[in-house]
Amino acid sequence: MKRSLERHLNILEFTLASLLRRRGKNLSLLAMYLLVVFILASLLFFVAALKREAAIILNDAPDMIVQRLMAGRQDLVPVRYAAEIAQIRGVAAVRPRYWGYYYDTLNGANYTIMASDDPALPPESAAIGSGVAKARNLKVGDLLPLTSYNRAPVMLEIHSIFSSSADLIAADTILMPPADFQKLFNFPNSQATDLAVSVRNPQELPTVAAKIASQYPDSRPILKREIQRTYQSIFDWRGGMTLMVLTSALLSFIIFAWDKGTGLSAEERKEIGILKSIGWETSDVLLLKFWEGIVISLTAFLLGVVLAYGHVFFLSAPLFAQALKGWSVLYPSFQLVPVVDLYQITVLFFLTVVPYTAATIIPCWRAATIDPDTAMRY
Amino acid sequence: MILQPAVLALLLIALLVSGMGMYAGYYGIRISGAWAPASGSELQLELERRTYLVSTVMSYILSFELMSLFLFIYTAEELHTLFAGAMCAAGTLAVNSFGYPTLLLKIVNFLLAGVWLIVNYVDNKGYDYPLIRVKYELLNLVVPLLVLESVLLCAYFAGVKPDIITSCCGSLFSSESGSYSGDLASLPHLPMQIAFFSGMAITTASGLFFYVKVRAGYLFSIATASTFLISAASIISFICLYIYELPTHHCPFCLLQKEYGYIGYVLYATLFCGAVAGIGVGVLMPFRKVGSLVRVLPAIQRRLALVTLLCYLLFTAIVVWKMAFSALKLG
Amino acid sequence: MIELSAITKSFNSGKPNQFTAVDNVTLVVNPQQITVLKGPSGSGKTSLLALIGCMARPTSGRIFLRGVAAAVPFQQEGMESVEITSLPERFLNDIRRSTFGFIFQQFNLVKGITVLENVMLPAYPTGERRSDFRVRALALLEQFSLSRHAGQRIELLSGGELQRVAIARALINNPSIIIADEPTAHLDSKLSQEFMAIVGRLKGEGKSVLIASHDPIVFDSPLIDRIVEMRDGSVVNSRSCR
Repeated sequence: MKRSLERHLNILEFTLASLLRRRGKNLSLLAMYLLVVFILASLLFFVAALKREAAIILNDAPDMIVQRLMAGRQDLVPVRYAAEIAQIRGVAAVRPRYWGYYYDTLNGANYTIMASDDPALPPESAAIGSGVAKARNLKVGDLLPLTSYNRAPVMLEIHSIFSSSADLIAADTILMPPADFQKLFNFPNSQATDLAVSVRNPQELPTVAAKIASQYPDSRPILKREIQRTYQSIFDWRGGMTLMVLTSALLSFIIFAWDKGTGLSAEERKEIGILKSIGWETSDVLLLKFWEGIVISLTAFLLGVVLAYGHVFFLSAPLFAQALKGWSVLYPSFQLVPVVDLYQITVLFFLTVVPYTAATIIPCWRAATIDPDTAMRY
Repeated sequence: MILQPAVLALLLIALLVSGMGMYAGYYGIRISGAWAPASGSELQLELERRTYLVSTVMSYILSFELMSLFLFIYTAEELHTLFAGAMCAAGTLAVNSFGYPTLLLKIVNFLLAGVWLIVNYVDNKGYDYPLIRVKYELLNLVVPLLVLESVLLCAYFAGVKPDIITSCCGSLFSSESGSYSGDLASLPHLPMQIAFFSGMAITTASGLFFYVKVRAGYLFSIATASTFLISAASIISFICLYIYELPTHHCPFCLLQKEYGYIGYVLYATLFCGAVAGIGVGVLMPFRKVGSLVRVLPAIQRRLALVTLLCYLLFTAIVVWKMAFSALKLG
Repeated sequence: MIELSAITKSFNSGKPNQFTAVDNVTLVVNPQQITVLKGPSGSGKTSLLALIGCMARPTSGRIFLRGVAAAVPFQQEGMESVEITSLPERFLNDIRRSTFGFIFQQFNLVKGITVLENVMLPAYPTGERRSDFRVRALALLEQFSLSRHAGQRIELLSGGELQRVAIARALINNPSIIIADEPTAHLDSKLSQEFMAIVGRLKGEGKSVLIASHDPIVFDSPLIDRIVEMRDGSVVNSRSCR
């Protein structure tokens, strides 16, 4: 037991010395490896952070939303539905919601406009997300000019700006009192965009939803859980698609690694020949190559993960932001909350180190089985 | 089909493992076909060199299998939110009929690969390749299972469809009816407790006897294997109840969660390790009389028995500790 | 003692370019003597040395090592000879490491690492503690007056110094048999004489030495106990010099 540990230590020491000796060759391999780990790690971290951000926001969403469908498209819901749904057993409260989109011709951005009956929000004022504030260069107390449906100007005083903690969804939001909302869009009085339904016992959600659906054949109840699932699979899908695209990069790296392993330089072959001639056995050389792979893999892996962490959480992932966030032009400046778990690291390990290791098995074995007597034939 | 990084990683590993397995299997057949240890012919020298390749490939397969086993469970855990009614990994695996077979096969393959490496280790200790044929026959048993595992894994992920909102309506009413509760049938806990502790006692007694006298190895090996099965059933039946401190939660996967201090990893690692070593003792029993192994084999078997004893004792110690200090008391 | 019986080594067998390097050699190498394999290049000396030194396995024939059984861990007690031809590589290697030290024509030292590390290199995979064999390596360097070069890279050494490093490396695992392949081919006469003096000292320490050479300084040396002449892979003459 002790001897085998000593053997590992001795061979590991020689491995490290050899790696340093062939710095040039190993650095190029390391750089390629690092790049692959870095790109994949950035992608995984970024998608996970987006998923988490969305999950946080959805936590505050109502348990159930009831929409109305008209000719297969979403339509406004009559407000009277709210009172009737409130009568269904198990329903705690029904709240009509008013919201819509506003296209800002000044900078080509879309804002989400919501009516809020919060008494803290006085008439002709608005609470805005940080994205809006930045795009229009606004601070609290400024006036936000909007153009109503008939080109009449609507001026709102900025009452507050949301903190940046929930930036992903709230950045483009403008909250205003219902009266101003009506004025802006000429919204029909007895209708709402959708209904938020809360239920006393979450277990009864599906039953209540089924009742609503049968009572109003034109309605579409959607559960928060379903939205969460949908978001999660959309993010997963996007991440997966990007990963598929990156697979070509991964593949070419593996071919590169294979090539590096197979194409031993004459000097390296000679060195292994010498080692074998002076008493190193095939499994000793395999061990040498194994440690070599471990050292290179771990260095590239750890460095790549650290760099990706900085890239995603400090620099907000400039390489992927456009491809993966892609909702609105308002998002370039939001900071993700740093979070990395062991699971992501493990997945990353499987996507990079394992294929690399597998690709080097045969080249390593080839190198290790050089005949010892070749050293006598130079 | 779910396109998620972890799923892609699992598929990649499955592909690698079965590819490597078939490669090793191909050379296994060639080696066992043309093996002639007394000959110094170039073919024989080439085959001997190949044996190094096969053992290296197999040890990598073993470690990949072990890691991907946990990744698979963890991914199932992670995906449960995508399925209406699935509360944890147990529900995700029940989404279609390939989930549990894949998991079982993964465990079996891990055990087999472990036993293969033990046989390989012993073979390398004999100066005349005493177990070479046994080794490669075993390999030809393992390889098809590895391939089958990959096929099942692909089938499982291909058949998984998350319940998401579709454009026409909330998917709710079509899918929530079929809920993947994934409740594992659990055995009554009192008889299981008796079975578990007597299994452990028998294994320990036969293990100690084997360690001291180097006799009755088959008995010990069978006891180890049966105790492995009993322990696995016990985890579902009562051990997890004490850990979750809930009288009805029988899930064997939630143990791996952070909420329970990742205790599942220790439990499963000790159980699997102990089982591989103990089964290894039995597999090696027929070869004690082989000339070149007479001197080395008993020592190796004793060491394996010791590994089993230590692993199983640690497992039992954790179980007893959890039972003694759990807020839950079962009648 | 090493006993070879009808040893043949051929390459590319069954192909048109088949070539027999060692052809049916039967030979006994006595312990604690200096034996020289003499013959022109291409006569099979190097191949025969590789076979004796457990570096390669013969295509047919048998080789027995006697009196080294103690160094072979798996050997049954009471057996004083080992038949090495059918042993798997890892066992051959165990024997090779503990029994043979090799000195090559080109010295075969590893570039880029120090003299001390080169000398220690054969001991790395034995599982011995580094500090233990380091002491031994330093003592060997001392013995060959190389102490002041211990930390230098081998590129900076002269031919004679390289030769002595190679000898020190061959001795690190304390072998009982030294095998040298054309050791003087790259040395001038003075250094060749010096080499023979070292070989004489090793013999005095009880080691057996086996040298392949066609250098008269080697095979005319008064230290030699036995000369085996080879040609075309066969032994043509074997005589004792005493």
